[in-house]
Amino acid sequence: MNQDSTKISLTNRSKVVSNKKMTLLERFYLPAIFKGMIITFSHFFKKEVTIQYPEEKRKFSDIYRGLHVLKLDDEGRERCTACGLCALSCPAEAITMIAAERKEDEKDLYREEKYAAVYEINMLRCIFCGDCESACPKEAIFLTDRLVPSEYKRDKFIYGKDVLVEKKNARVDVSKRQTPEVLEFKKDKSKLHNK
Amino acid sequence: MDIHFILYKLILAAAILLLSLVIAMYATLFERKIAGFFQDRLGPNRAGTFGLLQPVADGVKLFFKEEFMPANADKVLYILGPSLTMLVALLASAVIPWGGTLMIGGHEYALQVADVNIGVLYVFAVISIGVYGVMIGGWASNNKYALMGAVRAASQMISYELAMSMSIVTIVMTSGSLSLKDIVAQQHGMNWNVFTQPIGFVVFLICAFAETNRSPFDLPECETELIGGYHTEYSSMKLGFYLFAEYINIFISSAMISSLYFGGYNFPFMNDLGLSHNMVTILGTVALFAKISFFGFVFMWVRWTLPRFRYDQLMRFGWKGLMPWAMANMILTGFFHLLFKK
Repeated sequence: MNQDSTKISLTNRSKVVSNKKMTLLERFYLPAIFKGMIITFSHFFKKEVTIQYPEEKRKFSDIYRGLHVLKLDDEGRERCTACGLCALSCPAEAITMIAAERKEDEKDLYREEKYAAVYEINMLRCIFCGDCESACPKEAIFLTDRLVPSEYKRDKFIYGKDVLVEKKNARVDVSKRQTPEVLEFKKDKSKLHNK
Repeated sequence: MDIHFILYKLILAAAILLLSLVIAMYATLFERKIAGFFQDRLGPNRAGTFGLLQPVADGVKLFFKEEFMPANADKVLYILGPSLTMLVALLASAVIPWGGTLMIGGHEYALQVADVNIGVLYVFAVISIGVYGVMIGGWASNNKYALMGAVRAASQMISYELAMSMSIVTIVMTSGSLSLKDIVAQQHGMNWNVFTQPIGFVVFLICAFAETNRSPFDLPECETELIGGYHTEYSSMKLGFYLFAEYINIFISSAMISSLYFGGYNFPFMNDLGLSHNMVTILGTVALFAKISFFGFVFMWVRWTLPRFRYDQLMRFGWKGLMPWAMANMILTGFFHLLFKK
């Protein structure tokens, strides 16, 4: 360790260790024990930090990255066009998809001519980095402040479109993730991403 | 000995037995709650209001656990271990005066199961058997960790019993009686022994921690070194007995501390309030239980404050720290007693 490290202190509470001989009073230990007991007793009256989970939930950050959602557009059509950029950008290789061509009578279901017939995210592989969201040119996939619930079987963690696509009558709000920086970036139409 | 007397003693003994068991049961909850508060947590609060059913749930859990016995364990001793610990823990409550006397229908009933004239000695005799429960259990488990824990428990208890009994000898010297009833009665008013025997009290308190195997002296069941210590191989209700006995021991130790040093059922101005005899007795019992609860709390308070001793520190502290103090206290008290009291 270099000598300067003793001078730097994050909390100003660090004490330099020394091997000095203890005084008689210190060798009785009792004053130190009482001091310690007072410290523990003072914690008796401090606010408990416990969050009583099912009733009470921890407040997440506005840009929390949890369970993904595949967005529908305003008319209720799936935005995803199965371009595969999310799967490509995924560092954990958690996303797989099978693309299909839209039929004539499916125009109210899918926005683009191509769509994802199968779209799966393995939640055990996913590291919730949000790269899929950044990569998506169609604003189709977002991470939300919902949690992935626990399961007993591993294969239950492979989420298909039945879970990921938002329901028409129960839209998932992702507006909080649109921070000013994100909105600013989206205005810049010179970027290929935003065309 | 008439049937009347036997019935009264039986009821009293049963009541105290039941009370110690219930108190030990709720002491486990109390401990966990206190641990929670000390660590800015809430403690158990799911089973019943404030977690009041938690001890019941724990008990049920222990009952339904697998009754496991190691293949090469000594079967008789293996069962004898926890039974002995439990038995001994409960025995000591017999001589503690839980209150004054109650007057019912012209008869005077003392709230003490047995006023043995060697009460203090009886308690010590019984407590020293307690080490056999641990020793036998650790030996019979046929497991090196259990044996290590048992050896530690034995040497620790023997070491600390010396200093403990010396501080008791001092009390016996000043009060001139071995009967707990007399010792308590002599502390009437605010004439508590703790004021005349502060050193003795501190020594006794520390030794009580060591005798009950409580932190910071819980080396016999030190998880970090010995898995579970002497009860490594125990499961189900046999383990429950060991854990339960610890809390009964805390209760009894607190009762002993209260009786020997804090006036037992005596409370200030107990005869100046103009209350009836029975009322004073009941209030006295309440006062005793308040004292016991306080010391029970101190036991837990210390546990969640101090880290565990190292084994050599423990031995050095017992022999080179407490012993000389207890001995000096005893000799000085003897001198003062001889020169000034008579």
